[in-house]
Amino acid sequence: MAELDKKDDAVDATPGISEVEVVDAASETAALAAIEAPVDRGEPILQVRNLVKHFPLTQGILFKKQIGAVRAVDGVSFDLHQGETLGIVGESGCGKSTVAKLLMLLETATSGEVFYKGTDITKLSGKALKAVRRNIQMVFQDPYTSLNPRMTVGDIIGEPYEIHPEVAPKGDRRRKVQELLDVVGLNPEYINRYPHQFSGGQRQRIGIARGLALNPEIIICDEPVSALDVSVQAQVINLMAKLQDEFNLSYIFIAHDLSIVRHISDRVGVMYLGKMAEIGTDTQIYDHPTHPYTQALLSAVPVPDPEAREGRERIILTGDVPSPANPPSGCRFRTRCWKAEDKCATEEPLLAIPQRFKSVDSPAAHESACHFAEEKAVLAV
Amino acid sequence: MTTSSITAEVPRQRGEGAEGPVLEVRDLHVEFKTREGVVKAVNGVNYSVSSGETLAVLGESGSGKSVTAQAIMGILDSPPGRVSKGEILFQGRDILQLPESERRKLRGPKMAMIFQDALSALNPVFSVGNQLGEMFRVHQGMSKKDAKAKSIELMERVKIPAARSRVNDYPHQFSGGMRQRIMIAMALALEPDLIIADEPTTALDVTVQAQVMDLLADLQREYNMGLILITHDLGVVADVADKIAVMYAGRIVEQAPIHELYKRPAHPYTRGLLDSIPRLDQKGQELYAIKGLPPNLLKTPSGCAFNPRCPKAQDICRTEVPALLPVTERDGTELAGRGSACHFREEQLHG
Repeated sequence: MAELDKKDDAVDATPGISEVEVVDAASETAALAAIEAPVDRGEPILQVRNLVKHFPLTQGILFKKQIGAVRAVDGVSFDLHQGETLGIVGESGCGKSTVAKLLMLLETATSGEVFYKGTDITKLSGKALKAVRRNIQMVFQDPYTSLNPRMTVGDIIGEPYEIHPEVAPKGDRRRKVQELLDVVGLNPEYINRYPHQFSGGQRQRIGIARGLALNPEIIICDEPVSALDVSVQAQVINLMAKLQDEFNLSYIFIAHDLSIVRHISDRVGVMYLGKMAEIGTDTQIYDHPTHPYTQALLSAVPVPDPEAREGRERIILTGDVPSPANPPSGCRFRTRCWKAEDKCATEEPLLAIPQRFKSVDSPAAHESACHFAEEKAVLAV
Repeated sequence: MTTSSITAEVPRQRGEGAEGPVLEVRDLHVEFKTREGVVKAVNGVNYSVSSGETLAVLGESGSGKSVTAQAIMGILDSPPGRVSKGEILFQGRDILQLPESERRKLRGPKMAMIFQDALSALNPVFSVGNQLGEMFRVHQGMSKKDAKAKSIELMERVKIPAARSRVNDYPHQFSGGMRQRIMIAMALALEPDLIIADEPTTALDVTVQAQVMDLLADLQREYNMGLILITHDLGVVADVADKIAVMYAGRIVEQAPIHELYKRPAHPYTRGLLDSIPRLDQKGQELYAIKGLPPNLLKTPSGCAFNPRCPKAQDICRTEVPALLPVTERDGTELAGRGSACHFREEQLHG
């Protein structure tokens, strides 16, 4: 139900969007105008509705037939507001990186919509698509493989201008790249160096500079600091926070380090096996989690305080994450959940504010996809 | 008693008594010859582990924590690597003096190692049961059949479900957490006295990490083994370690019992690491970050290797290498088991 309600809201907020057919030139300019229009702070800039991505599993060499599908992302909905940071956490294989790729339009969604300023970008093509791509950029996890070793730093950061020449005229590019290097805290004289001449933290700064080149509005960060040393992580996190204020960016911050996500995020979504298990503000998720998976995840995080190790209760989950090719029926977490009952196997819990918390004004009243959602005190990171 | 090895000249009893440490590393130096020059990866490391004790070695990549472990196990890539100085006393014997055939007899029955990446540490073309059984076949001359029975027993020990039916599976058929359990089973096979775990959970998810660390702690208690846990995660360390050695640029910069270190670090690097963990009350503020980059081991800075990044660096730090010395309380009493390689360790400790 809640999913449907939300969908209506999305359409309401973007009047007439269903009529827009991006085929003729007139509607393309309409879409372009919508994409270029500014969005007020706090208004939704990106609305994701029932996003689904299934990767087919095939058998046979010559005559391929589909024998199943890996349901990497299976109906995910969330909003990203202008100027905020949305953290997405979850274990490996839960679909967080696939969501990032879908938002970047690097993968085609099986179904579902992604509204960028009210325009469904999954159905765009041509000029409008190019404009959207300019406004949504990405910072990758591994700074060692995401930079071309045969290109100089200047070429790497300047390459987006080749594709979008309207952002910087040819004669101006070198200066722009040097400005960007300065912004991310690198010496502008390094413009002719190659990636191997930099350390991991510096390379990640180059990756961030490339992401900033086209003045995007949204930056999707897929595990931007997990490949870095502890002492360098803090530097990069500070840089990202600074850039957000300076350029008025909205971040989607994907990570598995829960303490870093808490530090940088305004809202946090917890994913499990292709679905959003719980979403809310950072205090709601970290201090008042109601989904058993979130509680287990938080309690499993080692706390950097030896005094805490005797006193705290830890929920140690049994087993591994089930295969997304053959997810459990009903609630996907039920095979590892200590609360699971018969209802969980038959009925899929929807992501909504649980009934029992609906009328109360407490931090526990946030969206959680569990039949038996309740608060449980866990020592959070 | 346990960490008085800070000053190397302290005489200690040599023998297999329960009193002495299982392993003692003294003034270990390891260097690698490369085309650009000699890389001094380890520059005088001292530490000791007793049975039943967990020593955590904390450090960033390139700090020499893994190289020290490789030198202890005798699996250093040499050439280019070589131990240029120092002693490694295992149950009182300097194992660096032993011939390779003797050291081989130690690896497995006496000391074992758990590697970070289980998928590349296991051989993909042999079944898991075969690889586990190899320990028994090679070291104890067991028959294939008995060895397989033993491997099933081991797999049950480390709580792998349906061990009997999975013993013939290959490494790629297991999940990351299960593979790490097999690595643990293999290290435990011959019930060694010392286990070195090199980032055993870094590649795992938090929920699985909690399972694996729990298992490791249980088994350590059961067999009363010494455990050296190499990691860069301050959270994992706080959960399991008894004492901790912080490494930077090939040296131990601080050594302390676990509770002490988190409460009152006596080295600016440790302080910086602890401060850069995001904390609740700092939300929205800038995180504390240690400025600069870890040093290049080809040209380590003169004096204290941390001086270019240290907020408290003085002239003496740029010229003189600080030794790892005991730390004293304000009234001059020595703090047991604590040491810091900082010229201003007392100021750092007492803030």
